[in-house]
Amino acid sequence: MSTQKVIKNLKTFSTAAERFEGSHLLCPGCAHSIIVREVLNATNDNLVVSASTGCLEVCTAIYPHTSWDCSWIHIGFENSSTAMAGVETMNKALRNKGRIKEDEPQPKFVTFGGDGSTYDIGFQWISGCFERGHDFMYVCLDNEVYANTGGQRSSSTPIGSSTTTAPAGSHSYGEKRQKKDIVSIMAAHGSPYVAQVAPNKWKDMVKKIQRGFDTEGPVFINAMSACTTEWKFAPNQTIEVSDLAVDSLVFPLYEIIEGRELNITYRPKNIIPVRDYLGAQPRFKHLFKPEYEYLIEEWQKRIDGRWEFLQKREEIRM
Amino acid sequence: MNTKVMELKDVEVWDGNMANSQAFRQADVDVVAAYPITPSTATVENYAMFHANGYVDGEVIMVESEHAAMSGCIGAGAAGGRVGTATSSQGLALMVETLYQASGMRIPVVLCLVNRALAAPLNVNGDHSDLYLTRDCGWISIDAFSPQEAYDMTLMSFKISEHPAVRLPVISNQDGFMTSHTAQNVTPLKDEVASKFVGEYLQVNALLNFDKPVTHGVQTEHDWHFEHKAKQHAALMSSKKVIEDTFAEFKELTGREYKVVETYGMEDAEVAIVCLGSTFETAMLAIDQIREEEGIKVGVVAPRLFRPFPLEEVADALLNVKAVACMDRSAPGGTVGTLYNEISGALINTSARPLVTNLIYGLGGRDMAISNLKDIFRQLDADAKAGKISGNIQKLIGVRGPELSYYNVEGK
Repeated sequence: MSTQKVIKNLKTFSTAAERFEGSHLLCPGCAHSIIVREVLNATNDNLVVSASTGCLEVCTAIYPHTSWDCSWIHIGFENSSTAMAGVETMNKALRNKGRIKEDEPQPKFVTFGGDGSTYDIGFQWISGCFERGHDFMYVCLDNEVYANTGGQRSSSTPIGSSTTTAPAGSHSYGEKRQKKDIVSIMAAHGSPYVAQVAPNKWKDMVKKIQRGFDTEGPVFINAMSACTTEWKFAPNQTIEVSDLAVDSLVFPLYEIIEGRELNITYRPKNIIPVRDYLGAQPRFKHLFKPEYEYLIEEWQKRIDGRWEFLQKREEIRM
Repeated sequence: MNTKVMELKDVEVWDGNMANSQAFRQADVDVVAAYPITPSTATVENYAMFHANGYVDGEVIMVESEHAAMSGCIGAGAAGGRVGTATSSQGLALMVETLYQASGMRIPVVLCLVNRALAAPLNVNGDHSDLYLTRDCGWISIDAFSPQEAYDMTLMSFKISEHPAVRLPVISNQDGFMTSHTAQNVTPLKDEVASKFVGEYLQVNALLNFDKPVTHGVQTEHDWHFEHKAKQHAALMSSKKVIEDTFAEFKELTGREYKVVETYGMEDAEVAIVCLGSTFETAMLAIDQIREEEGIKVGVVAPRLFRPFPLEEVADALLNVKAVACMDRSAPGGTVGTLYNEISGALINTSARPLVTNLIYGLGGRDMAISNLKDIFRQLDADAKAGKISGNIQKLIGVRGPELSYYNVEGK
């Protein structure tokens, strides 16, 4: 049984013993490191961490250095979930066989992947792991773009965003597709716990992470990771942009238990217009041309509709 | 957990897949992550049946693809225990990315590769195109020619793979259907003898050892990549000694002798073929017949060890022949076959200058009968006597349609 770590305030939380070291090569202002610290600092248990190829991996494990003071493995872009399934299964096997003693504390298994690894190339592997019910937590660092390779679209890239493979130009407003609803898809796997989090709402996030750690079976966390480089805001604006995302409800914070019970975990006191969120990020700046204004209006309607849907689902408890 | 005891007879009748499964059972594998594919499916099915009936207490994960099977094996291996899986053909092809990752990360894994043709066209039968796809992936690759050998090689593969000086994954090959589905007499070891022979798993940098956290699967660029790959190559090259020692220890235990290059009739052979897989056994019969009936001194050379390639032993075996046919059971894709390249490379710096031809045969399970091999030996004998290759260097044999042959360097 894991011991629940008591977290009273941000100061003690942020100065907790680090298993993700401060020295790494992530961009200044990158939300990845904030998310990873909030996940790792939420528990005192032994940890095995796996990571997909991506920003987090290439910035934290370049030989002969490592930023990880915990067991850590990376294999490839698409298979970090299954790598962890292998580790988790070996733990079970060695305990069954008595080669790991019963009284040795159970470790926690956490996998990090970007939206490329999660929504796209690694989706089959994740789906397989969730169907088989491995006891681990998958955390998607969702920055809505292939940031590690210089800003190409993923199936998490929202409509209207300009990326290098779906750029805005004289004949295009950029990405034509809406972001895939990964949270619903993972909930539909029957996962015991699925949640969407944002690192700026750290109390909400830590509560969900701790619940995830205490849940047996595969847990999916979709973590919004504002990307200073590809969303093109200044490095000191990460938390502000993240606040705009959750307060505009573009990125609503909620959880789904056992694939059914939906709880909204954060309700903004003042809901701000989607326009304000988009306006803070130059990846959307072309949408403010008169010919694309309609896209912003459509977007606002979509967000309003989505928020209504989430509230109704919460209300009817299924 | 206690496992049930499986009563084995002194001699069992097993096909190549059952031979693999029994070796897995006796090696007490901790985690098997697998995805079924013909003709290796039964290796995993048998093992799942052992698991369902309490004969093994490791974990079995039936994953959603072969790529995931090897990914799971790498994760489980890095966690710190014994792992194995099986595949064929398209499954191997899907796994290729992870094969390089397993060897580069120095994770011991045993992969039973039941050799089968690669599509297209789709074909479930045996050839060596999947085996050849593993050429440069950095795994040890051992070839079994019969169910008995499949049992022996798979069992030994665990010991070799996990040896502290090796720490490299091992492929245990056998021919699809010809070996995997042909039931023959197999003499197994007693469970406790097999278990003792393979030994306990020795953890190295285990993820589940929390006293010493380790980082697996780092990135290296121009500054360190070469050193890593060089060290990996060095480990693979020096694994031959461990493999030979393991063969020797196995002989002490069983009386069954294996060499990194197997030969038959080579003591006085004037012409020879080089092949892999079950063709070796057919060749032994052809050699006996043709020597008795026609008095031609012929022999066969088969690399038991495909990787690391036993270049010196192959050269030694062929030093005194006048003509060699390298028989490649894979479509060569616009060049000479793999064995032709390897054998020519082995001989080029020696004093031997036999005529070396390349026969492409048996694709997609096309039969290679004793009579076909006798024809090949007769042609080799004729070439040797004439002192030159008749026609082109490379010929596709046993295929319908107009004769296809390529490359000629006569007179150069």
